Amino acid sequence: MHDAPIGPTSRRKSKYTPRAVPVSEDGERLTTSAMIASLDAEGRDTVAAPFGNALCDLAAKRDDIVGLTADLSKYTDLHVFAEAYPDRFYQMGMAEQVMISAAAGLAREGFTPFATTYAVFASRRAYDFIIMAIAEENLPVKIVCALPGLTTGYGPSHQATEDLAIFRGMPNLTIVDPCDATEITQATHAIADFPGPVYMRLLRGKVPDVLGEYGYKFQLGKAQVIHGGNDVLFISTGFMTMRALDAAKALKAEGTDCAVLHVPTLKPLDSETIRAEAAKTGRLVVTLENHTITGGLGEAVAADLMRAGIHPAFDSIALPDEFLDAGALPTLHDQYGLSVKSITDRVKSRL
Amino acid sequence: MSTETQHAGTNVSLARRAWSIRRLALRMAEVQGQGYIGQALGVADVLAVSYFHALNYRPGQPEWEGRDRFYLSIGHYAIALYSAMIEAGILPENELETYGMDDSRMPMSGMAAYTPGMEITGGSLGHGLGIAVGAALGLKRKQNPAFVYNMMSDGELGEGSTWEAVMAASAHSLDNLICVVDFNDQQADGPTTQALAKGDEAPKWAAFGWHAQEVDGNDLDALVAAFDTARNLADPRPRVIICKTQMCKGVPFLEDREITHFVRVDPSEWARAIAILDDTIPA
Repeated sequence: MHDAPIGPTSRRKSKYTPRAVPVSEDGERLTTSAMIASLDAEGRDTVAAPFGNALCDLAAKRDDIVGLTADLSKYTDLHVFAEAYPDRFYQMGMAEQVMISAAAGLAREGFTPFATTYAVFASRRAYDFIIMAIAEENLPVKIVCALPGLTTGYGPSHQATEDLAIFRGMPNLTIVDPCDATEITQATHAIADFPGPVYMRLLRGKVPDVLGEYGYKFQLGKAQVIHGGNDVLFISTGFMTMRALDAAKALKAEGTDCAVLHVPTLKPLDSETIRAEAAKTGRLVVTLENHTITGGLGEAVAADLMRAGIHPAFDSIALPDEFLDAGALPTLHDQYGLSVKSITDRVKSRL
Repeated sequence: MSTETQHAGTNVSLARRAWSIRRLALRMAEVQGQGYIGQALGVADVLAVSYFHALNYRPGQPEWEGRDRFYLSIGHYAIALYSAMIEAGILPENELETYGMDDSRMPMSGMAAYTPGMEITGGSLGHGLGIAVGAALGLKRKQNPAFVYNMMSDGELGEGSTWEAVMAASAHSLDNLICVVDFNDQQADGPTTQALAKGDEAPKWAAFGWHAQEVDGNDLDALVAAFDTARNLADPRPRVIICKTQMCKGVPFLEDREITHFVRVDPSEWARAIAILDDTIPA
């Protein structure tokens, strides 16, 4: 029983089969860069702790900004805020239910709380408290969560592969999945200005900076074309927009012209922009998300296009509906189809 | 801390207030032919002391910034709180007969968006105390001397989130937080003491760093003393008052009935219960 694979399509071997030390193609050991998601392509610019620093900038202007964590300030970059504003930081201990409830109470008293933990704990453990204490009363609590989707090799306990599906069903909740450091910085300000509850996925630590070079400016609720293209339309969210841009470059070199439409706000979905782009004929539409195929961007876009009577050739790149393996993140991204190579292979197979 | 009492100058007795709360609750339940009347009759004395002795509020201004916050974690006790708030002049008596009906401001389970004076949406049990922790932190940050009261049931003592909040309140020295537990020893499937909370509650709260009192929740003088102690205590602990109450208190034929979470009352019995109260009007 305990030797049985957890999912029907698990790639895992029996736990009783001895293993050798894994090495990469160039002979290096593959380690689990587990807690700090390694999303960085070589030579790419990074920004340290964009969320924590943006929150400090906000707090300098607004007395109502407070921060809470459930023993994960260091791992959500909230420690930057805690050091700068110790009297506005609330350590709630390893207790996500009371952290969320207390954020609701602070919001009731006129504050704008930023509550941080990992995406698994917010979406799974604290759900009832988020929906009833915050969303039902439309309180301006901002829930900002690290390790979204497949950004850790720790396995299902830490991989929030279904958080968007869980939260998309919650009325009143705005959902943001930012791509990079530029967007996290801008989105932190934008969600603070928005008067309702928000769930934002977070990349922390040294976060790649990509969108700046395209002159991109985050707008809450808006999907934006990062660049055009005639053969394929990528519709992507979160860090998968980074991957879509890289895949577009690689495909361009092979003569395939890909547009990239970035959708950082999952809910409410910017139907108008998505429909307008998908309705342009002759392009394969491919959605990309760092999330299970069930209940995320792909299904949201597909249903919206169906309702609008728009029927392009369509494919979705997402994680499988499985409990994912533990391991090294680059390996897992290859294995589950999120790497640039997986994306280009998938697109070529559909053209 | 605030020591002013809203009704210090009035000459209506707390016994009369509790009587009125019971009578209003019976009238409300009669409209629907059902309701959580056992709980409402049981907790009426606690609410009378809360709203007519302890709490600082302005009936015509339910969102007055200086008010003591009163959170009803147990949403299904709304019938009791509506009655207290009607008696307090926060809600109009002439809407009483809308209880539980379409478009009513008095739904069966209390919700903040529906009812003036209803501070939070209760009903998902184990939520109120955690929200109260946040409000108490917020009031301190604003240097607002108001108290936050959280009324919860004994059944909620089984929720893990309650104990997260108990620890958080103590860790943050929330001396502006008063938790009121209605211990009527009845939850949905049977006696609470046969489930998780075995009745030795005060020592548990005390062990978590709270000032804990246990009182007869149907003894007005004992309740007044307990609320006064909780409000005037000069130490940084959060405070809990565990009120041992009797379901259906004040209507003997219902007190004698087999007590369940949802006490059965036949259509003809509402008028009988109200008549019994009318024969025993306190001074």
